[in-house]
Amino acid sequence: MTDLPAEVVSWIGQRRYEAWGEFDVERGYIFTSCASVQNGNPLYWDEQAAREIAGGWIAPPSMVSAWFRPHYWSPGRSGEALALQLHFDLKQRLSLPEAVITENSITFFEPVRVGDRLKTAQILRSVSPVKQTKLGAGRFWVLDVEASNRAGALCAIESYTGYGYRREA
Amino acid sequence: MQSEELHYGQVEIGAALPPLRVEVTTTTVVLGALASRDWRPMHHDRDFAQQRNGARDIFINTPHNAAYFERYITDWTGPRGRLGQMNFRMRESVFPGDTMVFRGEVAEKHMDAAGCGWLELDIQLSVGEKVTTSCRARVAVPTGPGDNPWRRSGEAWQPAKSA
Repeated sequence: MTDLPAEVVSWIGQRRYEAWGEFDVERGYIFTSCASVQNGNPLYWDEQAAREIAGGWIAPPSMVSAWFRPHYWSPGRSGEALALQLHFDLKQRLSLPEAVITENSITFFEPVRVGDRLKTAQILRSVSPVKQTKLGAGRFWVLDVEASNRAGALCAIESYTGYGYRREA
Repeated sequence: MQSEELHYGQVEIGAALPPLRVEVTTTTVVLGALASRDWRPMHHDRDFAQQRNGARDIFINTPHNAAYFERYITDWTGPRGRLGQMNFRMRESVFPGDTMVFRGEVAEKHMDAAGCGWLELDIQLSVGEKVTTSCRARVAVPTGPGDNPWRRSGEAWQPAKSA
């Protein structure tokens, strides 16, 4: 027996929001990411090293989510497009106005190559009963994002644990 | 980034990674959010972070945290080190003005059926006395001069740890 809305129960295990990234994997963002953490790995700065070691330019594995986050704005779009739409659906459907990500697990399969484009799907794995934490009363949920490349090869599975909550008055 | 490549046989369980200190500024937080294309306001708008999240300031986002862990690991392994899996738990947020210190050690090592040499690393990110994020990472390193984890694929690349 669960106190979850039937609609939320129906989402568990379902592949939702399958979509292609809005742009190809490109080096500008790779430089910005490396600069943001001062990552001097020659795989991302030295063409000869990238070719010899990885067979060409690749992206840092931890950047995978950057390649499928939507633009902040684009022509014809009304409202903000959200990368983890399922996370925001859960907040809305469970009437939990605030949420944080508390745990993140990423498994890296095929390297993400410059010039490729990623396709993603979001899958809800579980939702907890109501809990009380220092943030307020809420629920934990686990959702996966699977990312594959144009050739259909799996590049990564990201698993997020979110906590949706209502702040104490 | 160390100049010598780390090989599987050189690594002992319990070996420590050199610590890394990072001073966090507002620019650090915003740059990391933009690099990961995370436009959520708690990573660039102090008023939002304080009023909506109850946080003391804007704070480092999840992919930026991941990028720091990756840099910390591959600074130590060299470029042939290839991440297989990373799992981290964020207990506390990191804010401008904080000094982050990364420390890590080799918790396990093993060679899989395909001959890939895996190291399991336990890494802690601390601010002051408090551990803000703990990370378990799985990284493959060359088993010898002829091995390159980046050239592995299919059955030869099994990054998910079996239960």
